[in-house]
Amino acid sequence: MTGIGFRERGALLAGRAAGEAARRLGRGGGTALPGLVAGTLAPRLIERFAAQLGYGAITVTGTNGKTTTSHLLTNTARAAGLQPLTNRSGSNLERGIASTFVDAATPAGTLPDASSRLGVFELDEAVWPLLLPRLKPRAAVFLNLFRDQLDRYGEVDSVAEGWERALAAYASPIALVLNVDDPSVALLGESARNEVVGFGIEDRGVALIEAEHASDARFCRCGATFRYDAVFMGHVGLWRCPGCARARTVPVVAARDVRLGADETRFTLCVGERGAEVAIPFAGLYSVYNALACAAGAHALGLPLEATVRALAESGPAFGRQERFEVDGRHVRLLLAKNPTGMNEVLRTLLANTEPLTLLALLNDGIQDGQDVSWIYDADIERIAGRVVTLIAGGDRADDMALRCALAGFEPVVAERDIERALDAAIARTPAGGRVEVMTTYTAMLAVRAILARRTGAQPYWEEQA
Amino acid sequence: MTRPPARAVRIVTLYPEVMNVYADRGNLFAVQARCSRLGIGCEVLPIGIGDSLPVEADLVLIGGGQDREQRRIALDLLAKGPVLRDWADADTAMLAVCGGFQLFGDFYRTAQGEELPGVRVFDAITVTPAPGAPRCIGDVLADAAIPEVGELVGFENHGGRTYLGPRGVPLARVRYGYGNNGDDGTEGAVYHEAIGTYLHGSLLPKNPALLDRLSFAALRHRYGADATFESFRDEYAERAHHAAADVARSRGRRNV
Ligand SMILES: [Zn+2]
Repeated sequence: MTGIGFRERGALLAGRAAGEAARRLGRGGGTALPGLVAGTLAPRLIERFAAQLGYGAITVTGTNGKTTTSHLLTNTARAAGLQPLTNRSGSNLERGIASTFVDAATPAGTLPDASSRLGVFELDEAVWPLLLPRLKPRAAVFLNLFRDQLDRYGEVDSVAEGWERALAAYASPIALVLNVDDPSVALLGESARNEVVGFGIEDRGVALIEAEHASDARFCRCGATFRYDAVFMGHVGLWRCPGCARARTVPVVAARDVRLGADETRFTLCVGERGAEVAIPFAGLYSVYNALACAAGAHALGLPLEATVRALAESGPAFGRQERFEVDGRHVRLLLAKNPTGMNEVLRTLLANTEPLTLLALLNDGIQDGQDVSWIYDADIERIAGRVVTLIAGGDRADDMALRCALAGFEPVVAERDIERALDAAIARTPAGGRVEVMTTYTAMLAVRAILARRTGAQPYWEEQA
Repeated sequence: MTRPPARAVRIVTLYPEVMNVYADRGNLFAVQARCSRLGIGCEVLPIGIGDSLPVEADLVLIGGGQDREQRRIALDLLAKGPVLRDWADADTAMLAVCGGFQLFGDFYRTAQGEELPGVRVFDAITVTPAPGAPRCIGDVLADAAIPEVGELVGFENHGGRTYLGPRGVPLARVRYGYGNNGDDGTEGAVYHEAIGTYLHGSLLPKNPALLDRLSFAALRHRYGADATFESFRDEYAERAHHAAADVARSRGRRNV
């Protein structure tokens, strides 16, 4: 297939015009609008464009780490000499994918340099089953499955069931890139009809001493409760089932000798028989999983290990994920935390640093954040007791966050719904040269990042990844 | 060395490893903080599948779970039913939330038509409409039938619809949200000092009047019906309560 038809071309032009207009008006919403307009006018647009990708596509889904993993995979593809085509952060629904194609296409409806194109698509967990048959990816990365936005997805089980049903109904070849440490993801490889590339951590030194409260996949398909020889986060670790033969398998792509720093992380990346020393400019064990997922995805696509290692070392942060800003002489870092396990990992990351710090905890309750804010009670905020010097709660539900922190033993907590005023309060309470760590839900991250971008001259988000 | 507090209430948490999907431990945190302010300790006994109940308890907490989890605990809970009913009759304080509330009624029928028998603390049944029917999800603002409790705020997320029987007394009337079934305006149930509700997670933290009611009931169970306890103002709780009430008013499903 070399192009698209007359109807699609009209839809494409309408979509581009809409996106242009939105961007000129300075609205971030320009990222999804072209796809929305074009997708409505020509519903088979995604299929036709996806078929043009010379190197096919890889999808990335799971609760936590989608954006960073896609960002790392995109850079790996580039380092391997390919021309990646990727959707923007947060545009991971159907219309975001359509927009990505519409924006990249020529007015004639073809993708330029199609022969060297690799699609790298971050997909929402609930949307992945719908887009699998439409994108026909060569490989699919599954990162993890945690409780997240239950107000939107219903129950955790239904997300995994959706993935499984979609795979069972899908006949084309696909490599499954699976986190072997997360049983709810690892068990997707059971049907064994597809090639499986497993990734995981092979270092008990970074295991948690105590199991975390927010543990979601306790039960095996046989009904027994999983046992763990080591837990890395939530229900992720070295698991086995005492009731049947199911157990974590040894991953092809593994991290050994993991060293967690306050701002960067080092480990030995092993891919089959080969190994490479890697230093990534991100903190936290979850960053190791993102790097492993990238390496395993690249391996499944046949990209050289050298390209992965280079991309991991040289990639800056993805949008809003551990991005750093200098404001009035303070170091401000954005740490996205949108569900209990994500928040636990952020809190654990903060413990790696022994300097005094200010924690600005932003909680919004928009649809993208989850309208139900009770999940903050599943995160172990108690974990940082005795560490945090100053705590500021901000965002639409600042009062809920302040109450949660007060119950965890932090008092007084300043609560300020207005995000800019909350940021100023945090900066004012931090000595020059000190750190302000911003732990934030998704839409609050967009808001605080826009403020930080305005004050520091960083790029607004629709200009990213141009 | 930390000495155990001279006075302590006994809290039984039922299946905390299984029934906790909506942050239900927030309710335990709130009770612990409340008692601690009164200088009273909390002895927390987590009871899992196969564990036997202690001879007595002042407060019983059970949270929510998915169908899979409810199925896992249903039989074990049923075996504990007679004791739980005796406790409820003897004014043990109880808070059964969401999935736990459903199993504290007569039965819960899942979307697949499977019937899980309940422990019948409340005169209520729960049925789930055919698969594909929408879940009841959203912010709730309700007026408690218990005068001193007043306005309740919270968030609900349930597929099952609960209907109270002739002896069932609702906890509240819904102003915004679905409540028990989205039809009759009732929310939750009350029997003696036992409370059932669909409002999950941080219910007690941000409803300080309900927290007082439940904590004092537990304390009276321990220290006698005449014991009185001081009420405190909690500004964090009040602010969070008002914020949640505003949200429910602005985007909650208006009950007609
Ligand atoms: Zn098993």
